[in-house]
Amino acid sequence: MKKLFTGALTALALAVTGALATGPASADDFSPAIVFDMGGKFDKSFNEAAYNGAERFKSESGVTYREFEVTNPSQREQAMRNMARRGATVIIAMGFAQAAAVETVAKEFPDIKFTLIDMVVDLPNVQSVIFKEHEGSFLVGMAAALASKTGKVGFIGGMDIPLIRKFALGYVEGAKYVNADIEVYQNMTGTTPSAWNDPTKGGELARSQFDRGADVVYAAAGGTGVGVYQAAKDAGKLAIGVDSNQNYMHPGTMLTSMVKRVDVAVYEAFMTAKNGTWQGGFKILGLAEDGVGFALDKYNRDLVSADMEMKIEAARKDIISGKVEVTDYMAQ
Amino acid sequence: MSIGAPTEAPRWVTHALVPLINLALALIISGLLIFALGEDPFEAISILAYGAFGYPEAIGYTLYYTTNFIFTGLAVAIAFHCFLFNIGGEGQAYLGGLGAGVVGLAIGHWPSPIVLILGILAAAAFGGAWAFIPAWLQAKRGSHIVITTIMFNFIAAALMTYLMVEIFIEPGQQSAESRDFEAGAIMPFVHDILAQIGIDAGHSFLNLSFVLALICCVLFWFFVWRTRWGYEIRSVGQNESAAVYGGIMPSRAIILAMCISGGLAGLVGVNEILGVHHRLLLEFTAGYGFVGIAVALMGRNHPFGIFLAALLFGALYQGGQELAFDMPNINRDMVVVIQGLVILFSGALENMFRPRIEALFMRRARSAPAAAE
Repeated sequence: MKKLFTGALTALALAVTGALATGPASADDFSPAIVFDMGGKFDKSFNEAAYNGAERFKSESGVTYREFEVTNPSQREQAMRNMARRGATVIIAMGFAQAAAVETVAKEFPDIKFTLIDMVVDLPNVQSVIFKEHEGSFLVGMAAALASKTGKVGFIGGMDIPLIRKFALGYVEGAKYVNADIEVYQNMTGTTPSAWNDPTKGGELARSQFDRGADVVYAAAGGTGVGVYQAAKDAGKLAIGVDSNQNYMHPGTMLTSMVKRVDVAVYEAFMTAKNGTWQGGFKILGLAEDGVGFALDKYNRDLVSADMEMKIEAARKDIISGKVEVTDYMAQ
Repeated sequence: MSIGAPTEAPRWVTHALVPLINLALALIISGLLIFALGEDPFEAISILAYGAFGYPEAIGYTLYYTTNFIFTGLAVAIAFHCFLFNIGGEGQAYLGGLGAGVVGLAIGHWPSPIVLILGILAAAAFGGAWAFIPAWLQAKRGSHIVITTIMFNFIAAALMTYLMVEIFIEPGQQSAESRDFEAGAIMPFVHDILAQIGIDAGHSFLNLSFVLALICCVLFWFFVWRTRWGYEIRSVGQNESAAVYGGIMPSRAIILAMCISGGLAGLVGVNEILGVHHRLLLEFTAGYGFVGIAVALMGRNHPFGIFLAALLFGALYQGGQELAFDMPNINRDMVVVIQGLVILFSGALENMFRPRIEALFMRRARSAPAAAE
């Protein structure tokens, strides 16, 4: 029995190794791969934006890509090494949490290109893409202050981590830039990763901020934001979306969205790698590069007056030219 | 055995055949699901098996997960022996990691054996201390341990987030992680050790914490069945009034069982923090504490059974990941479904087939001697 089992296992091993061995040989030229983080590729936010970028690349170039969604912190390194072994030529790692894994694996495979979104790893074969979320948040903070009638606005973060504080600080500065006396309520949804996907609590927090007088809330909280936007709609108040353009979700009460063009970053990483123009180093995407911005479309056109748009646009130019400086929480 | 009919089915039926049938059923249903998704179930199972045991690195990763599950499985089991349901393994493991991490950060430059031993002790002490509070509340105040240990998971998560974001974070770092430990605080990887004697075992996370887990299995057995304290814990677990009558203080047994439970769960921190990540970070417990409940149930609270159940779950974790990797239609949620089916059949539906199969073998055993006479 035991011998039979060992035999079967060996045969199996050979069969699978055979199958694997043919993989990289045929995909010798170009093989893209992406490692999503714990949120999963359909988180309606950060990872999903990356998924959209990758899908756009696939439909335009006809090249399929490998993908993996990690479920625990140990899998990040393992997943990247697996991708590398199976012949991936460019690997995109989503999220700051993957930085340590990228650093380890990129050293082991110096010929493979790595693109890391939201964090910096200083290696020749790593392209680090980071966004100036504080600049985008500054603009939506202005929008909130301009739209507020009560002089009180709210911020609802996801999990309490430095990145979200960076959003919050930019938002507060933007609001105070318009109205120095404005009151900004801040709440974080939680301290565990479930805070990224807790719409019920998001809604509760939004309602409590409305009760205290806020009439615009900005949610930087992934899937939790869905509850915040719903609460704003129910209460007839305004909400601001994040990462993807979420204006379409509740036309009439979605003031705007702070868009972070993760999709473009992913698409470009794949495309440039395919064309041979991919370069290692840092890519810092702020307002000047259109990496972040505030969304204006048919769904929120009626909520943003010409005067508001003009003031925000002026501030955008001032930030790009350096006349107005937004504090980066991470750089403090 | 020679006189009268056996009152129990043969041991191999109870301890090997029934679990194997349950496991096979779980796999058959998983296979049907995979078939419904448009993939070949046999290929899926073979990828899963190959991904878990097919090559040295895979075995390494399987055993690395096994290490975590042994610790949390033993942790749940010792509490079960005292009739306590410790759902707080997750938080205790989290705090254990904090203990190991504090040692690693503080004295990482000391000679390695000293740092590692202190790290192990600190992990166990932190985990045990985290379990002590619910244990004390249960023993002295009657607060239900299920409720308090669950709540302590959240407190642990909040505490760790606070400490990581405010205190241990490496300045200028996005993600809430501490600086890397110095060389002294690194538990050697098994593949590095094997490389020194000329064996290439790839590059897995398996480290010497696995040996620690095996030692814990042996100590667990000795403690529970061969010491006075183990006897006290089992007595209180089986009949508290009888234990009191026998001169045992239930409150002491409860606190002892829970502190050992927390200490064992805390050792996950050794495997993760000193063994793999070499820095303090968030979320490294990744649900191992909860899976420990299933491991203890499947392993029937005996260290050998827990070892086998932990190995099974290790294989499902590692093989499942390879499956998600190689079959585009099977995503990580499907892998969780397969793991869930195994838990359902081996743990929850455990008694569905057992009585019938055992009855079958008892009948055969009864008729066999009759024929011989």
